[in-house]
Amino acid sequence: MVYKKDPVPFLLFSPLIAYLILFMGIPLIQTFILAFTSPQGPWGNFERLVRSGEFWVTLQNTLVITGIIVPLQLILGLALALFVNQRFKGYLFILYIIAIPLALSDVSASLMSYTVFGYSGLLNKALVMTGLIEFPMYFLGRHVQDRAFWVIIITEIWRATPLVFVILLAGLQAVNKEYLEAADIFGFSKWKKFTRIILPVLRPSMMAALLIRTLFAFQIFGVVWVLNDRGIPVMAGEAYYYQTQLHNPNMASAYGLMIALVSVIISWLYLVFFRPKKYEERGGLA
Amino acid sequence: MIKKIAILVVCVLIFAWFVGPVFMIVIASLTPSTEYYKMDQILPRSLTLNHLESLFVRLKGWEATMNSVQVALWSILISFLIGLPAAYVLARYVFKGKNLLRIIVLMTRSFPVLIIAVPLITVYLRIGLNDTILGVSLAHTSMILPFIVIITSGILSGISVEYEEAGMVFGLSRFGSFLRITLPLALPGLAASAIYAFILSWNEVFVAAVLTLVNRTLPAHILNTAMTSPDYFKFAAGTVMAVPAMIFIFFTRKYLMSMWGISLK
Repeated sequence: MVYKKDPVPFLLFSPLIAYLILFMGIPLIQTFILAFTSPQGPWGNFERLVRSGEFWVTLQNTLVITGIIVPLQLILGLALALFVNQRFKGYLFILYIIAIPLALSDVSASLMSYTVFGYSGLLNKALVMTGLIEFPMYFLGRHVQDRAFWVIIITEIWRATPLVFVILLAGLQAVNKEYLEAADIFGFSKWKKFTRIILPVLRPSMMAALLIRTLFAFQIFGVVWVLNDRGIPVMAGEAYYYQTQLHNPNMASAYGLMIALVSVIISWLYLVFFRPKKYEERGGLA
Repeated sequence: MIKKIAILVVCVLIFAWFVGPVFMIVIASLTPSTEYYKMDQILPRSLTLNHLESLFVRLKGWEATMNSVQVALWSILISFLIGLPAAYVLARYVFKGKNLLRIIVLMTRSFPVLIIAVPLITVYLRIGLNDTILGVSLAHTSMILPFIVIITSGILSGISVEYEEAGMVFGLSRFGSFLRITLPLALPGLAASAIYAFILSWNEVFVAAVLTLVNRTLPAHILNTAMTSPDYFKFAAGTVMAVPAMIFIFFTRKYLMSMWGISLK
Protein backbone atom coordinates (compact mmCIF):
# COMPACT_ATOMS: atom_id res chain seq x y z
CA MET A 1 0.00 0.00 0.00
CA VAL A 2 1.40 3.35 -0.94
CA TYR A 3 -0.08 6.52 0.45
CA LYS A 4 1.93 9.40 -0.89
CA LYS A 5 1.84 12.67 1.02
CA ASP A 6 -0.75 11.24 3.34
CA PRO A 7 -0.58 13.17 6.63
CA VAL A 8 -2.28 10.41 8.60
CA PRO A 9 0.81 8.30 9.43
CA PHE A 10 2.65 11.37 10.67
CA LEU A 11 -0.33 12.42 12.75
CA LEU A 12 -0.55 8.95 14.27
CA PHE A 13 3.17 8.84 14.94
CA SER A 14 3.58 12.35 16.32
CA PRO A 15 2.32 11.68 19.87
CA LEU A 16 5.07 9.09 20.27
CA ILE A 17 7.72 11.48 19.02
CA ALA A 18 6.37 14.24 21.27
CA TYR A 19 6.42 11.92 24.27
CA LEU A 20 9.95 10.75 23.57
CA ILE A 21 11.14 14.33 23.23
CA LEU A 22 9.38 15.36 26.44
CA PHE A 23 10.42 12.41 28.56
CA MET A 24 13.72 11.36 27.04
CA GLY A 25 15.15 14.17 24.92
CA ILE A 26 14.62 17.07 27.29
CA PRO A 27 15.60 15.17 30.46
CA LEU A 28 18.74 14.03 28.64
CA ILE A 29 19.63 17.64 27.84
CA GLN A 30 18.91 18.60 31.45
CA THR A 31 21.18 15.80 32.60
CA PHE A 32 23.94 17.35 30.51
CA ILE A 33 23.25 20.78 32.00
CA LEU A 34 23.18 19.42 35.55
CA ALA A 35 26.33 17.39 35.05
CA PHE A 36 28.20 20.39 33.64
CA THR A 37 27.08 22.71 36.45
CA SER A 38 29.22 23.00 39.55
CA PRO A 39 30.70 25.74 41.74
CA GLN A 40 34.06 25.03 40.08
CA GLY A 41 32.87 25.65 36.54
CA PRO A 42 31.49 23.34 33.86
CA TRP A 43 34.03 20.56 34.30
CA GLY A 44 33.99 20.67 38.10
CA ASN A 45 31.91 17.53 38.62
CA PHE A 46 34.01 15.51 36.23
CA GLU A 47 37.25 16.76 37.73
CA ARG A 48 35.93 15.69 41.09
CA LEU A 49 35.04 12.30 39.63
CA VAL A 50 38.39 11.70 38.01
CA ARG A 51 40.33 12.83 41.08
CA SER A 52 38.34 10.74 43.53
CA GLY A 53 39.54 7.22 44.00
CA GLU A 54 35.92 6.21 44.50
CA PHE A 55 34.97 6.80 40.89
CA TRP A 56 37.71 4.55 39.58
CA VAL A 57 36.76 1.82 42.03
CA THR A 58 33.14 2.20 40.94
CA LEU A 59 33.99 2.08 37.26
CA GLN A 60 36.26 -0.89 37.81
CA ASN A 61 33.59 -2.78 39.79
CA THR A 62 30.98 -2.15 37.12
CA LEU A 63 33.31 -3.21 34.32
CA VAL A 64 34.53 -6.32 36.16
CA ILE A 65 30.97 -7.39 37.01
CA THR A 66 29.91 -6.83 33.39
CA GLY A 67 32.99 -8.62 32.12
CA ILE A 68 32.32 -11.66 34.27
CA ILE A 69 28.56 -12.04 34.03
CA VAL A 70 27.94 -11.32 30.35
CA PRO A 71 30.19 -14.05 28.89
CA LEU A 72 29.01 -16.55 31.51
CA GLN A 73 25.38 -15.74 30.80
CA LEU A 74 25.99 -16.17 27.09
CA ILE A 75 27.64 -19.58 27.54
CA LEU A 76 25.03 -20.84 30.01
CA GLY A 77 22.16 -19.39 27.99
CA LEU A 78 23.47 -21.08 24.86
CA ALA A 79 23.90 -24.39 26.64
CA LEU A 80 20.35 -24.21 28.01
CA ALA A 81 18.93 -23.21 24.62
CA LEU A 82 20.68 -26.09 22.85
CA PHE A 83 19.52 -28.46 25.56
CA VAL A 84 15.86 -27.41 25.42
CA ASN A 85 15.94 -27.28 21.63
CA GLN A 86 16.41 -31.05 21.54
CA ARG A 87 12.67 -31.12 22.22
CA PHE A 88 12.74 -34.14 24.48
CA LYS A 89 9.52 -35.16 26.13
CA GLY A 90 8.44 -32.42 28.52
CA TYR A 91 10.80 -29.78 27.12
CA LEU A 92 8.09 -27.12 27.32
CA PHE A 93 7.85 -27.58 31.07
CA ILE A 94 11.59 -27.04 31.43
CA LEU A 95 11.35 -24.02 29.14
CA TYR A 96 8.80 -22.41 31.47
CA ILE A 97 10.89 -23.30 34.50
CA ILE A 98 13.91 -21.56 33.02
CA ALA A 99 11.70 -18.58 32.16
CA ILE A 100 10.74 -17.97 35.80
CA PRO A 101 13.40 -15.33 36.55
CA LEU A 102 12.46 -13.42 33.38
CA ALA A 103 9.54 -11.77 35.10
CA LEU A 104 11.26 -11.32 38.46
CA SER A 105 12.69 -7.96 39.40
CA ASP A 106 16.26 -7.52 40.48
CA VAL A 107 15.01 -6.60 43.95
CA SER A 108 12.94 -9.74 44.29
CA ALA A 109 15.71 -11.93 42.86
CA SER A 110 18.23 -10.50 45.31
CA LEU A 111 15.92 -11.23 48.22
CA MET A 112 15.64 -14.80 46.97
CA SER A 113 19.40 -14.96 46.83
CA TYR A 114 19.39 -13.73 50.42
CA THR A 115 17.36 -16.77 51.49
CA VAL A 116 20.29 -18.87 50.28
CA PHE A 117 23.28 -16.71 51.24
CA GLY A 118 21.96 -14.95 54.34
CA TYR A 119 23.47 -15.67 57.74
CA SER A 120 20.66 -18.11 58.53
CA GLY A 121 20.25 -19.00 54.88
CA LEU A 122 20.07 -22.32 53.14
CA LEU A 123 23.78 -22.55 52.35
CA ASN A 124 24.90 -21.91 55.93
CA LYS A 125 22.35 -24.36 57.27
CA ALA A 126 23.46 -27.00 54.79
CA LEU A 127 27.14 -26.44 55.61
CA VAL A 128 26.53 -26.58 59.34
CA MET A 129 24.23 -29.59 59.16
CA THR A 130 26.70 -31.58 57.08
CA GLY A 131 29.43 -30.62 59.51
CA LEU A 132 31.60 -28.89 56.93
CA ILE A 133 31.75 -25.80 59.11
CA GLU A 134 31.07 -25.51 62.81
CA PHE A 135 29.55 -22.04 62.88
CA PRO A 136 27.67 -20.19 60.15
CA MET A 137 29.74 -17.75 58.13
CA TYR A 138 28.98 -14.42 56.54
CA PHE A 139 28.54 -14.29 52.78
CA LEU A 140 27.26 -10.73 52.69
CA GLY A 141 28.36 -7.54 54.35
CA ARG A 142 31.07 -4.94 54.12
CA HIS A 143 33.64 -6.99 55.99
CA VAL A 144 33.43 -9.90 53.54
CA GLN A 145 33.47 -8.04 50.25
CA ASP A 146 35.10 -10.83 48.24
CA ARG A 147 32.31 -13.22 49.13
CA ALA A 148 29.61 -10.59 48.63
CA PHE A 149 31.05 -9.90 45.18
CA TRP A 150 30.59 -13.53 44.17
CA VAL A 151 27.11 -13.67 45.67
CA ILE A 152 26.20 -10.72 43.45
CA ILE A 153 27.71 -12.46 40.42
CA ILE A 154 25.77 -15.68 41.12
CA THR A 155 22.55 -13.75 41.68
CA GLU A 156 22.94 -11.86 38.42
CA ILE A 157 23.67 -15.06 36.55
CA TRP A 158 20.63 -16.74 38.08
CA ARG A 159 18.44 -13.75 37.27
CA ALA A 160 19.52 -12.78 33.77
CA THR A 161 20.69 -15.97 32.04
CA PRO A 162 17.06 -16.82 31.11
CA LEU A 163 16.87 -13.65 29.03
CA VAL A 164 19.84 -14.78 26.97
CA PHE A 165 18.32 -18.26 26.84
CA VAL A 166 15.02 -17.02 25.40
CA ILE A 167 16.69 -14.85 22.76
CA LEU A 168 18.96 -17.71 21.69
CA LEU A 169 16.16 -20.27 21.69
CA ALA A 170 14.15 -17.96 19.43
CA GLY A 171 17.24 -17.70 17.22
CA LEU A 172 17.67 -21.47 17.09
CA GLN A 173 14.25 -21.80 15.46
CA ALA A 174 15.81 -20.21 12.39
CA VAL A 175 18.18 -23.12 11.88
CA ASN A 176 16.95 -24.93 8.80
CA LYS A 177 16.46 -28.66 9.41
CA GLU A 178 17.44 -29.43 5.82
CA TYR A 179 20.92 -28.02 6.36
CA LEU A 180 21.38 -30.36 9.28
CA GLU A 181 20.09 -33.31 7.24
CA ALA A 182 22.45 -32.42 4.41
CA ALA A 183 25.27 -32.24 6.92
CA ASP A 184 24.37 -35.72 8.13
CA ILE A 185 24.60 -37.03 4.58
CA PHE A 186 28.07 -35.53 4.25
CA GLY A 187 29.05 -37.11 7.53
CA PHE A 188 29.58 -33.93 9.56
CA SER A 189 30.42 -34.57 13.17
CA LYS A 190 28.19 -33.03 15.85
CA TRP A 191 30.85 -30.45 16.62
CA LYS A 192 31.23 -29.55 12.96
CA LYS A 193 27.46 -29.15 12.59
CA PHE A 194 27.49 -26.88 15.60
CA THR A 195 30.33 -24.67 14.43
CA ARG A 196 29.53 -24.61 10.70
CA ILE A 197 25.74 -24.47 10.67
CA ILE A 198 24.20 -23.61 14.02
CA LEU A 199 26.62 -20.95 15.20
CA PRO A 200 26.54 -18.85 11.99
CA VAL A 201 22.72 -18.85 11.95
CA LEU A 202 22.68 -18.00 15.63
CA ARG A 203 25.17 -15.17 15.33
CA PRO A 204 22.69 -12.27 15.07
CA SER A 205 20.77 -13.53 18.10
CA MET A 206 23.99 -13.97 20.02
CA MET A 207 25.11 -10.46 19.22
CA ALA A 208 21.70 -9.10 20.23
CA ALA A 209 21.75 -11.00 23.52
CA LEU A 210 25.35 -9.99 24.15
CA LEU A 211 24.70 -6.30 23.62
CA ILE A 212 21.40 -6.14 25.48
CA ARG A 213 22.99 -7.86 28.43
CA THR A 214 26.05 -5.62 28.29
CA LEU A 215 23.80 -2.56 28.38
CA PHE A 216 21.82 -3.79 31.34
CA ALA A 217 24.84 -5.16 33.17
CA PHE A 218 26.42 -1.75 33.00
CA GLN A 219 23.32 -0.33 34.68
CA ILE A 220 23.35 -2.94 37.45
CA PHE A 221 21.80 -1.48 40.57
CA GLY A 222 19.05 -3.35 42.43
CA VAL A 223 20.97 -6.55 43.09
CA VAL A 224 24.05 -4.76 44.39
CA TRP A 225 22.10 -2.28 46.49
CA VAL A 226 19.75 -4.79 48.12
CA LEU A 227 22.43 -7.38 48.86
CA ASN A 228 25.34 -5.21 49.83
CA ASP A 229 24.37 -1.55 49.98
CA ARG A 230 27.37 0.58 48.95
CA GLY A 231 29.84 -2.09 49.98
CA ILE A 232 30.64 -2.70 46.35
CA PRO A 233 29.95 0.62 44.61
CA VAL A 234 28.67 0.49 41.02
CA MET A 235 27.86 3.30 38.58
CA ALA A 236 24.08 3.38 38.97
CA GLY A 237 24.39 2.85 42.71
CA GLU A 238 26.61 5.91 43.03
CA ALA A 239 24.17 7.99 40.98
CA TYR A 240 21.42 6.88 43.35
CA TYR A 241 23.57 7.56 46.41
CA TYR A 242 24.52 11.06 45.31
CA GLN A 243 20.92 11.90 44.45
CA THR A 244 19.03 10.47 47.42
CA GLN A 245 21.57 10.56 50.25
CA LEU A 246 23.80 13.51 49.42
CA HIS A 247 21.14 15.49 47.52
CA ASN A 248 23.64 16.38 44.85
CA PRO A 249 21.83 16.10 41.50
CA ASN A 250 24.89 17.42 39.69
CA MET A 251 27.17 14.57 40.68
CA ALA A 252 24.30 12.13 40.22
CA SER A 253 23.89 13.44 36.68
CA ALA A 254 27.60 13.14 36.03
CA TYR A 255 27.39 9.46 36.92
CA GLY A 256 24.19 9.14 34.89
CA LEU A 257 25.87 10.69 31.91
CA MET A 258 28.72 8.20 32.11
CA ILE A 259 26.17 5.36 32.00
CA ALA A 260 24.40 7.02 29.08
CA LEU A 261 27.66 7.52 27.24
CA VAL A 262 28.56 3.85 27.49
CA SER A 263 25.00 2.87 26.45
CA VAL A 264 25.17 5.11 23.41
CA ILE A 265 28.50 3.66 22.35
CA ILE A 266 27.26 0.09 22.78
CA SER A 267 23.96 0.69 20.93
CA TRP A 268 25.75 2.53 18.20
CA LEU A 269 28.13 -0.37 17.66
CA TYR A 270 25.12 -2.63 17.58
CA LEU A 271 23.19 -0.61 15.01
CA VAL A 272 26.23 -0.20 12.79
CA PHE A 273 27.41 -3.79 12.79
CA PHE A 274 24.29 -5.85 13.36
CA ARG A 275 21.39 -3.87 12.02
CA PRO A 276 18.31 -5.88 12.97
CA LYS A 277 15.84 -7.02 10.37
CA LYS A 278 12.72 -4.97 9.90
CA TYR A 279 10.60 -6.33 12.67
CA GLU A 280 7.28 -6.42 10.84
CA GLU A 281 8.88 -8.73 8.29
CA ARG A 282 9.35 -11.24 11.03
CA GLY A 283 5.62 -11.70 11.19
CA GLY A 284 3.37 -11.76 14.18
CA LEU A 285 3.51 -13.64 17.39
CA ALA A 286 4.13 -17.30 16.88
CA MET B 1 18.69 -45.13 27.61
CA ILE B 2 21.82 -43.43 28.95
CA LYS B 3 20.86 -40.33 27.02
CA LYS B 4 17.40 -40.36 28.56
CA ILE B 5 18.84 -40.59 32.05
CA ALA B 6 21.30 -37.80 31.26
CA ILE B 7 18.46 -35.57 30.07
CA LEU B 8 16.48 -36.36 33.19
CA VAL B 9 19.42 -35.50 35.44
CA VAL B 10 20.00 -32.19 33.66
CA CYS B 11 16.28 -31.40 33.93
CA VAL B 12 16.33 -32.06 37.67
CA LEU B 13 19.37 -29.81 38.07
CA ILE B 14 17.72 -27.03 36.04
CA PHE B 15 14.55 -27.38 38.07
CA ALA B 16 16.42 -27.18 41.37
CA TRP B 17 18.54 -24.22 40.27
CA PHE B 18 15.64 -22.09 39.02
CA VAL B 19 12.80 -23.15 41.32
CA GLY B 20 14.90 -23.57 44.46
CA PRO B 21 15.36 -19.90 45.40
CA VAL B 22 11.71 -19.11 44.61
CA PHE B 23 10.57 -22.00 46.76
CA MET B 24 12.95 -20.95 49.55
CA ILE B 25 11.64 -17.38 49.72
CA VAL B 26 7.99 -18.44 49.70
CA ILE B 27 8.70 -20.92 52.51
CA ALA B 28 10.82 -18.39 54.41
CA SER B 29 8.02 -15.84 54.26
CA LEU B 30 5.73 -18.37 55.94
CA THR B 31 8.21 -19.71 58.51
CA PRO B 32 7.94 -18.56 62.13
CA SER B 33 11.07 -16.60 63.03
CA THR B 34 12.09 -18.94 65.84
CA GLU B 35 12.19 -21.82 63.39
CA TYR B 36 13.96 -19.84 60.68
CA TYR B 37 16.89 -19.06 62.94
CA LYS B 38 17.42 -22.67 63.99
CA MET B 39 20.55 -23.74 62.20
CA ASP B 40 19.64 -27.42 62.14
CA GLN B 41 16.26 -27.00 60.49
CA ILE B 42 15.65 -26.12 56.84
CA LEU B 43 11.94 -26.72 56.39
CA PRO B 44 9.49 -25.31 58.94
CA ARG B 45 7.22 -27.56 61.00
CA SER B 46 4.50 -24.94 61.19
CA LEU B 47 3.54 -22.09 58.90
CA THR B 48 2.46 -18.58 59.78
CA LEU B 49 0.95 -15.62 57.96
CA ASN B 50 2.29 -13.18 60.55
CA HIS B 51 5.13 -11.91 58.37
CA LEU B 52 2.91 -11.13 55.42
CA GLU B 53 0.43 -9.52 57.76
CA SER B 54 3.01 -7.27 59.39
CA LEU B 55 4.46 -6.35 56.00
CA PHE B 56 1.06 -5.26 54.79
CA VAL B 57 -0.37 -3.77 57.97
CA ARG B 58 2.54 -2.37 59.99
CA LEU B 59 5.26 -1.83 57.42
CA LYS B 60 3.32 0.05 54.73
CA GLY B 61 3.46 -2.88 52.33
CA TRP B 62 -0.18 -2.59 51.33
CA GLU B 63 0.06 1.09 50.35
CA ALA B 64 3.26 0.39 48.44
CA THR B 65 1.68 -2.55 46.62
CA MET B 66 -1.34 -0.46 45.67
CA ASN B 67 0.97 2.33 44.48
CA SER B 68 2.85 -0.16 42.33
CA VAL B 69 -0.35 -1.48 40.79
CA GLN B 70 -1.60 2.01 40.04
CA VAL B 71 1.71 3.09 38.51
CA ALA B 72 1.74 -0.01 36.31
CA LEU B 73 -1.87 0.45 35.15
CA TRP B 74 -1.36 4.13 34.33
CA SER B 75 1.83 3.30 32.46
CA ILE B 76 0.06 0.64 30.41
CA LEU B 77 -2.82 2.98 29.59
CA ILE B 78 -0.59 5.84 28.47
CA SER B 79 1.77 3.52 26.60
CA PHE B 80 -1.07 2.00 24.60
CA LEU B 81 -2.76 5.32 23.86
CA ILE B 82 0.46 6.66 22.40
CA GLY B 83 2.16 3.48 21.27
CA LEU B 84 -0.63 1.71 19.44
CA PRO B 85 -1.18 4.39 16.75
CA ALA B 86 2.57 4.52 16.17
CA ALA B 87 2.73 0.73 15.94
CA TYR B 88 -0.11 0.80 13.43
CA VAL B 89 1.84 3.23 11.28
CA LEU B 90 4.92 1.00 11.32
CA ALA B 91 2.85 -2.08 10.52
CA ARG B 92 0.60 -0.70 7.80
CA TYR B 93 1.92 2.40 6.06
CA VAL B 94 4.67 2.75 3.50
CA PHE B 95 6.20 6.19 3.23
CA LYS B 96 9.47 7.99 2.98
CA GLY B 97 11.26 8.37 6.28
CA LYS B 98 9.61 5.35 7.87
CA ASN B 99 12.96 3.69 8.31
CA LEU B 100 14.15 6.65 10.32
CA LEU B 101 11.12 6.37 12.60
CA ARG B 102 11.84 2.71 13.10
CA ILE B 103 15.45 3.40 14.00
CA ILE B 104 14.33 6.05 16.50
CA VAL B 105 12.13 3.50 18.23
CA LEU B 106 14.88 0.88 18.24
CA MET B 107 17.40 3.37 19.62
CA THR B 108 15.15 4.54 22.43
CA ARG B 109 14.58 0.95 23.49
CA SER B 110 18.10 0.79 24.88
CA PHE B 111 17.90 4.26 26.43
CA PRO B 112 19.05 4.00 30.05
CA VAL B 113 15.85 5.20 31.70
CA LEU B 114 17.52 5.70 35.04
CA ILE B 115 19.21 8.88 33.88
CA ILE B 116 15.92 10.73 33.32
CA ALA B 117 14.92 10.38 36.99
CA VAL B 118 17.24 13.06 38.36
CA PRO B 119 16.29 15.89 35.97
CA LEU B 120 12.61 14.96 36.20
CA ILE B 121 12.60 15.74 39.94
CA THR B 122 13.15 19.45 39.29
CA VAL B 123 10.48 19.53 36.62
CA TYR B 124 8.05 17.60 38.80
CA LEU B 125 8.63 19.93 41.76
CA ARG B 126 7.68 22.86 39.55
CA ILE B 127 4.48 21.32 38.20
CA GLY B 128 3.46 19.50 41.37
CA LEU B 129 4.08 15.96 40.15
CA ASN B 130 6.82 15.15 42.64
CA ASP B 131 6.18 12.09 44.78
CA THR B 132 3.02 11.20 42.85
CA ILE B 133 1.74 8.05 41.19
CA LEU B 134 1.28 9.87 37.90
CA GLY B 135 4.82 11.22 37.97
CA VAL B 136 6.32 7.75 38.26
CA SER B 137 3.89 6.42 35.64
CA LEU B 138 4.95 9.06 33.12
CA ALA B 139 8.61 8.15 33.64
CA HIS B 140 7.86 4.44 33.40
CA THR B 141 5.90 5.05 30.20
CA SER B 142 8.99 6.38 28.48
CA MET B 143 10.75 3.13 29.35
CA ILE B 144 7.80 0.96 28.23
CA LEU B 145 6.77 2.81 25.06
CA PRO B 146 9.51 1.57 22.72
CA PHE B 147 8.81 -2.04 23.70
CA ILE B 148 5.06 -1.62 23.24
CA VAL B 149 5.58 -0.11 19.79
CA ILE B 150 7.96 -2.88 18.73
CA ILE B 151 5.84 -5.74 20.06
CA THR B 152 2.44 -4.45 18.95
CA SER B 153 3.62 -3.50 15.47
CA GLY B 154 4.82 -7.08 15.18
CA ILE B 155 1.38 -8.30 16.22
CA LEU B 156 -0.45 -5.96 13.87
CA SER B 157 1.64 -6.84 10.86
CA GLY B 158 0.95 -10.49 11.60
CA ILE B 159 -2.72 -9.82 10.87
CA SER B 160 -3.34 -9.72 7.16
CA VAL B 161 -4.12 -6.26 5.84
CA GLU B 162 -6.62 -7.83 3.46
CA TYR B 163 -9.18 -8.29 6.23
CA GLU B 164 -9.03 -4.59 6.88
CA GLU B 165 -9.31 -3.77 3.21
CA ALA B 166 -12.30 -6.07 2.90
CA GLY B 167 -13.94 -4.14 5.72
CA MET B 168 -13.27 -0.92 3.89
CA VAL B 169 -14.80 -2.32 0.70
CA PHE B 170 -17.95 -3.00 2.68
CA GLY B 171 -18.14 0.58 3.78
CA LEU B 172 -16.18 0.78 7.01
CA SER B 173 -13.83 3.71 7.49
CA ARG B 174 -10.15 2.97 7.93
CA PHE B 175 -10.45 3.54 11.66
CA GLY B 176 -13.71 1.59 11.83
CA SER B 177 -12.19 -1.36 10.11
CA PHE B 178 -9.19 -1.26 12.45
CA LEU B 179 -11.53 -1.14 15.43
CA ARG B 180 -13.93 -3.84 14.26
CA ILE B 181 -11.58 -6.22 12.48
CA THR B 182 -7.90 -5.88 13.32
CA LEU B 183 -8.23 -4.98 16.99
CA PRO B 184 -10.32 -8.02 18.00
CA LEU B 185 -7.90 -10.29 16.15
CA ALA B 186 -4.93 -8.65 17.84
CA LEU B 187 -6.47 -8.70 21.30
CA PRO B 188 -4.74 -11.78 22.79
CA GLY B 189 -1.34 -10.51 21.67
CA LEU B 190 -2.12 -7.02 22.92
CA ALA B 191 -3.15 -8.43 26.28
CA ALA B 192 0.15 -10.30 26.49
CA SER B 193 2.08 -7.14 25.69
CA ALA B 194 0.09 -5.23 28.33
CA ILE B 195 1.22 -7.85 30.83
CA TYR B 196 4.78 -7.45 29.64
CA ALA B 197 4.41 -3.71 30.23
CA PHE B 198 2.97 -4.39 33.68
CA ILE B 199 6.00 -6.47 34.61
CA LEU B 200 8.44 -3.84 33.32
CA SER B 201 6.80 -1.18 35.47
CA TRP B 202 6.17 -3.43 38.50
CA ASN B 203 9.85 -4.37 38.58
CA GLU B 204 11.42 -0.97 37.92
CA VAL B 205 13.17 0.31 41.01
CA PHE B 206 15.68 3.09 40.31
CA VAL B 207 13.35 5.70 38.81
CA ALA B 208 10.57 4.90 41.26
CA ALA B 209 12.93 5.18 44.22
CA VAL B 210 14.36 8.49 43.06
CA LEU B 211 11.02 10.08 42.17
CA THR B 212 9.12 9.14 45.33
CA LEU B 213 9.53 9.81 49.01
CA VAL B 214 6.26 8.94 50.74
CA ASN B 215 4.25 7.37 47.93
CA ARG B 216 6.79 4.63 47.33
CA THR B 217 6.14 1.78 44.94
CA LEU B 218 6.79 -1.67 46.35
CA PRO B 219 10.32 -2.17 44.97
CA ALA B 220 11.28 1.38 45.97
CA HIS B 221 9.89 0.77 49.45
CA ILE B 222 11.82 -2.48 49.77
CA LEU B 223 15.02 -0.96 48.40
CA ASN B 224 14.93 1.77 51.02
CA THR B 225 14.06 -0.42 53.96
CA ALA B 226 15.54 -3.83 53.15
CA MET B 227 18.97 -3.24 54.66
CA THR B 228 17.59 -2.11 58.00
CA SER B 229 14.57 -4.40 58.13
CA PRO B 230 14.27 -7.74 59.88
CA ASP B 231 14.75 -10.81 57.71
CA TYR B 232 11.08 -11.73 57.68
CA PHE B 233 10.28 -8.40 56.04
CA LYS B 234 12.68 -9.23 53.22
CA PHE B 235 11.14 -12.63 52.65
CA ALA B 236 7.56 -11.41 52.77
CA ALA B 237 8.37 -8.48 50.46
CA GLY B 238 10.30 -10.65 48.02
CA THR B 239 7.43 -13.11 47.87
CA VAL B 240 4.80 -10.42 47.33
CA MET B 241 6.88 -8.92 44.53
CA ALA B 242 7.37 -12.29 42.86
CA VAL B 243 3.79 -13.54 42.90
CA PRO B 244 2.16 -11.35 40.20
CA ALA B 245 5.20 -11.79 37.99
CA MET B 246 4.92 -15.56 38.23
CA ILE B 247 1.19 -15.58 37.60
CA PHE B 248 1.56 -13.38 34.58
CA ILE B 249 4.35 -15.39 33.10
CA PHE B 250 2.21 -18.46 33.49
CA PHE B 251 -0.66 -16.91 31.56
CA THR B 252 1.52 -15.45 28.82
CA ARG B 253 3.85 -18.43 28.49
CA LYS B 254 2.84 -18.89 24.84
CA TYR B 255 4.19 -15.43 24.11
CA LEU B 256 7.49 -15.85 25.97
CA MET B 257 9.60 -16.10 22.86
CA SER B 258 7.86 -13.37 20.95
CA MET B 259 7.98 -10.89 23.82
CA TRP B 260 11.38 -11.40 25.37
CA GLY B 261 12.98 -13.10 22.41
CA ILE B 262 12.00 -10.74 19.65
CA SER B 263 11.43 -7.39 21.29
CA LEU B 264 15.03 -7.39 22.40
CA LYS B 265 16.52 -8.53 19.14
